[in-house]
Amino acid sequence: MQNKERVISLKKLETNNLFRKSIPYLGVFPFALLAFFFLIWPTLVVVYGSFQNLEGGYGFGSLIEVATNEKYLNGFKVSIQLAAYSAFAGAVLGGLFSWAIANGNREGYFRRLVLAASGVFAQFGGVMLTFAFLATFGFNGMLTILANSYFGENILTDASWLYSLLGLVVVYTFFQIPLMLIVFLPAIENLKPEWKEASESLGGSTANYWLKIGAPILAPSFLGALLLLFANAFSAYATAAALISQGAPIVPLQISFAISGEVSRTNPGISKALAVGMILVVVVVMFGYFKLQNKVSKWVKS
Amino acid sequence: MRNFKRIDVWRWLIIGFVGAYLLIPVFAMLEFSTRGAPGERSTEAWTAIPTFPKLLSSIFSSLQLAVVVILAVVFILVPTMIWIHLRLPHLRRYMELLCLLPLTIPAIVIVVGIAPTYRALYQVFGSSPITLSFVYFILVLPYSYRSISASLFSIDSHTLSEASRSLGASTIRMIAGIIVPNIKVGIMSGAVISIALVLGEFTISNLLNFETMQVVINLLGKRDAATSVAVSLAALVFAFILLAILPTTNRSRSSKLKTNRKVGMVIK
Amino acid sequence: MELKKSLFAVVTASALVLSACSSSSDSGSAEAGSGEVDAKTATSAADFGGLEGLEAACKAEGKLNVIALPPDWANYGKIIDGFKAKYGIEIDSQIPDGSSQDEIDAANNTKGTDRAPDVFDLGQAVAMKNTAMFATYKVATWDGIDAAFKDATGLWTMDYGGFMSVGYDAAKVPAITSLADLLKADYKGKVALNGDPTAAAAGMNGVLMASMVNGGSVDDVSKGIDYFKSLKDAGSFIPVDPTPATIESGQTPVVFDWDYLHAGQVAGLKEKGIDWKIFIPEGVALGGYYFQAINVDAPNPACARLWQEYIYSPDGSNEWLRGGARPVLADLMVKEGTIDQTAYDSLPPVSGTPVVASVAQTEAANKVLVERWAAEVGAIE
Repeated sequence: MQNKERVISLKKLETNNLFRKSIPYLGVFPFALLAFFFLIWPTLVVVYGSFQNLEGGYGFGSLIEVATNEKYLNGFKVSIQLAAYSAFAGAVLGGLFSWAIANGNREGYFRRLVLAASGVFAQFGGVMLTFAFLATFGFNGMLTILANSYFGENILTDASWLYSLLGLVVVYTFFQIPLMLIVFLPAIENLKPEWKEASESLGGSTANYWLKIGAPILAPSFLGALLLLFANAFSAYATAAALISQGAPIVPLQISFAISGEVSRTNPGISKALAVGMILVVVVVMFGYFKLQNKVSKWVKS
Repeated sequence: MRNFKRIDVWRWLIIGFVGAYLLIPVFAMLEFSTRGAPGERSTEAWTAIPTFPKLLSSIFSSLQLAVVVILAVVFILVPTMIWIHLRLPHLRRYMELLCLLPLTIPAIVIVVGIAPTYRALYQVFGSSPITLSFVYFILVLPYSYRSISASLFSIDSHTLSEASRSLGASTIRMIAGIIVPNIKVGIMSGAVISIALVLGEFTISNLLNFETMQVVINLLGKRDAATSVAVSLAALVFAFILLAILPTTNRSRSSKLKTNRKVGMVIK
Repeated sequence: MELKKSLFAVVTASALVLSACSSSSDSGSAEAGSGEVDAKTATSAADFGGLEGLEAACKAEGKLNVIALPPDWANYGKIIDGFKAKYGIEIDSQIPDGSSQDEIDAANNTKGTDRAPDVFDLGQAVAMKNTAMFATYKVATWDGIDAAFKDATGLWTMDYGGFMSVGYDAAKVPAITSLADLLKADYKGKVALNGDPTAAAAGMNGVLMASMVNGGSVDDVSKGIDYFKSLKDAGSFIPVDPTPATIESGQTPVVFDWDYLHAGQVAGLKEKGIDWKIFIPEGVALGGYYFQAINVDAPNPACARLWQEYIYSPDGSNEWLRGGARPVLADLMVKEGTIDQTAYDSLPPVSGTPVVASVAQTEAANKVLVERWAAEVGAIE
């Protein structure tokens, strides 16, 4: 080949290569488009909007308001308490439940049904959960009526406990337990029975096994699951919205109230500042979760 | 017949307690929705369901939404994941992060930022609730990604793709005909979770004023408690039956071991 | 080969998107009736060539969106049915249990769509804040309505009113003789307020009434907030919106609400075996009227105006009366003899001088409530 032709064909090769290299990226284009417009962009809108002030000005006003006003601070406090208590209850009960299921027949129908039910319960919070609990513990609820007829006046009679922190924790734990099962069961099932046998053959008791072997191995997964449950409860809106139709004791309800015309007209930044606050809390929690999961995966690989 | 050990006592105590916690409210829903005159049972709340026009149309809307989201998962998420897995592996970390972002950015936050997007969407697509499928697709990402990814890791996709290419299959043929059938279980599992999520979603549809099933159930609850409890129970049972009968776990032992290992790694 | 794969993905994605597009049948095309009249800017029936013209324009639109009109609220159920029967127009009754603020929020959220509400029925505070969203229109009976009850330009007109009261289930709680009773143990977990006071007029007026009873006045809502805080601390107050369903189920046996709303439920509750009684504090007659307005962005502007004509006619207004409310058209109807005398005579009596909170007073009260209510009464400790 002549030199000139060589140069031309080399250049052609380069542009061809560039073109060919970028074609594969076309394959992820539709997904990227959706992810951008419906996840990234709204988040940017929220963060940008949190810098909006009273009557449309710009500055830190809204963020400061959210960080200092007792109303919002109380909302965060209650949200965090609710998330923490229900996550803990869900993790403990769910963890025990996972252990109980893991030790059963792994091929059986029972396990399959339990997993199916857990999948449904974990997702089905919100409105239906509230109705279920009102049907159980409400003024005319099944258990309330039963308790009243057997015991006369008792702690269940005044059904307004459902609207307190305790009530919310009890209701939230309902969907935390199945979520724990889904997330934690694989970890428990990774515990090889050979280790238990080995520990027993070496003279160790069951308690010893759990203390020295089981717990340390499960700890990262357990803590990770706990954090996931926390984030899940902290972000939940539907359940509380269906139960408490007035007032706004937790952050998600405060956000929905702040979106409503009244507050958003005077200070559009409040709802977004609250949202930013939520993101911060959840990011911190999920960061811990990812770190713990990395630990788990490193261990599992080995 | 297994020997009855002490451990089984504990197992069944725990299962009993947790089972009670979870099942008593469900049973109470049944009890509440079948109350008639004092002392009697009645199916009035259940037979009243079809008489609420908004209820039926909202159930239909939600089911349609679920179908569209599943289609999006199968035709957008799965190909994208396979594509990245095979051709753009350096993007995998970003994909994973992106798919798990919806867990970190709660629906209530997304809805705050998404109202302007939906106002614009109205101009193009009209006022049907089906437009919610876009944002619902995002919401199901963490769950579908996890189950599909677990399946993808458990098969040796590279070997499969190389083998099929050397045998002359086109890319589409390879993806659709060879990889997908092997990760069917992961796709199914992701699809079923998507159904549960779409049917149970309330936050975004409520705050964007769309009348999906949950929104209408909530509205109904203020007017007629018994019927709304009845509908809730029906939806719960429906989703449960779906999840129970569709094959969502790998039954063979060898691949199960692999799946468990990979699932542990993928629960991020 | 790679190209083919990506093309496949893009094509499928667009097919999906296009199918979502085609499945939305109604893309908000509200026709302006006959074409000669722009219903959106019509300010009276004359613009349509009389009521028949208005009727024809509405029939062409075929639909009406109303919002926050519970069927047992001042007999709105009958009014909606009456309108449907008379004109054959389909009515979409959205969020019947919504508050006034919910109406405005919905209108903003669905602006430009065919789901937007056509007409509003708002409490005073919310109405006054959002007059920019109203269209001017004067009904046929305009001149018969007292000037105090309408906006001179026709942006809004008051429609009906009543007095604030406390309704209670006589079987579940002892008879109420004063608001202080509600702090007692008998009422634990039983007292509800109709609506969040920062969003609903009924809620706000409930707090105002409590204020008047406890040493405050229409100018000072703080004593009312104190009262409700003490109700909450005593465990009596529950943060639940009362509805006929919650009363029936026994969830909210004591409800702060307008007297006509209680009156409208007595008959229905009696059938369910509930003896619903009404208590108005001695010497406190806190009245309140609601405001009718047309959404300036109404998707069905002709029907919105026809609706107004209907409710400000004896057909519509008498239904309000039968629901226990006092229509602003009452004086005109008495003069013309079109009023339902039996219903008029059976309106509940009140003692004391009737007081109605002015616009300025409700605005002031709203400010204080927005600051204090959520923190003191709405929060969980």
